[in-house]
Amino acid sequence: MSLLLTAAQTVGPFVAISFEHTQVQDVAPPGVSGERIVIQGRVLDGDGKPVEDAVLETWQANGHGKYSHPEDTREKLLDPAFKGFGRVLSNRHGVFRFSTIKPGRVPGPNDVLQAPHLVVLVFMRGLLKHLVTRVYFPDEAANREDPVLGLVPAERRSTLVAARVGDGLLEWNVVLQGQNETVFFDY
Amino acid sequence: MTDPTPYRRPYRQTQPEYFYPPYRSTAKRAPTRPLVMPPQTISEVTGPLFGHEDVKPEEADLTAQHAGEPLGERMIVTGRVLEETGRPVCNALVEIWQANAAGRYRHATDNHDAPLDPNFTGCGRVLTDGDGRYRFKTIKPGAYPWRNHYNAWRPAHVHLSIFGRGFMQRLVTQFYFPGDPLLPYDPMFMSVPDERARHNLIAEFDWEHTIPEHAIAYRFDIVLRGRDATPMGA
Repeated sequence: MSLLLTAAQTVGPFVAISFEHTQVQDVAPPGVSGERIVIQGRVLDGDGKPVEDAVLETWQANGHGKYSHPEDTREKLLDPAFKGFGRVLSNRHGVFRFSTIKPGRVPGPNDVLQAPHLVVLVFMRGLLKHLVTRVYFPDEAANREDPVLGLVPAERRSTLVAARVGDGLLEWNVVLQGQNETVFFDY
Repeated sequence: MTDPTPYRRPYRQTQPEYFYPPYRSTAKRAPTRPLVMPPQTISEVTGPLFGHEDVKPEEADLTAQHAGEPLGERMIVTGRVLEETGRPVCNALVEIWQANAAGRYRHATDNHDAPLDPNFTGCGRVLTDGDGRYRFKTIKPGAYPWRNHYNAWRPAHVHLSIFGRGFMQRLVTQFYFPGDPLLPYDPMFMSVPDERARHNLIAEFDWEHTIPEHAIAYRFDIVLRGRDATPMGA
């Protein structure tokens, strides 16, 4: 039996009426262990203009590298207060911001460890289906051996790595088109 | 840990392309460089799961969020969330948002010259049950104009956001109404290449769930990506 997959459609310009009050800007409530970070950035369109109506959803492992999900069967510590899901809207300047903890490493293909990363889904008017990307961390030796980053053309990898702009403050932008276009994934 | 069984790639032609010129906003927002195709890892096959602690039962009734009843034609929206394999997805979070009966959204940037309804916000959430079923009570939204092209009108539609078992099943879509003459002119609806997949975005009148002398029901089933029984290459 195979049913036909439902087609994606854009979130449109008014998604905020639903997603604004279900935002999760603080992914790691107090008490969750791990290195505290704030990730902020801008969403920019093909003209370099800020995108004022984007939604970013993030998913990550906890500080021990464990996903709060039954498919992660490894014997690692779960943090009951940490789900790992974030949802933020961009504002009229195209700016988004969320706080979380740096995730631990999780296995990739053939059990090769991946570098710490967040998975990010991007939704907005003008996107008929969402985009998938990742955020990696600066000054992280493991980035060099990450099996997913390794598939990205070397000159584009930096679009997936956040920049440290302050103490615990990281900047990572979503650039939809052009020279510095963010790498998006197709699964 | 063995590699996770990947979700099937979206069946061909069921999904719109990012760049679709008739929908003008895609021109500056669709990616222009090649997408990279990594294998699915534990990071992608997992995702947030939701439970009854996250959603209140009253969030499924969009007609009971204010002092009075909203204007418009009451409707029941029901359906099932299934995987391609036919397996129901239980505890899927389904979020909806929509315009009011006059075709106006309760949003600061909606400047359509149609009245707001003080008794209608236009969003709701529900979890699917053990058979993957969901049910909302709301009112039928109106069509509304937009500036994509001359005299452009969006057919009446309801937006849906679905969280299945993992990020690979994440889906945001819209459903439409049977017999709407605006559908063939709508670039969003027409962006779906496969005719059957496009037709599947139209809800069906559902006599069984229609409540006599109260509300008409529509049925809209949602099919998320599924997995083959064995890992590829295993």
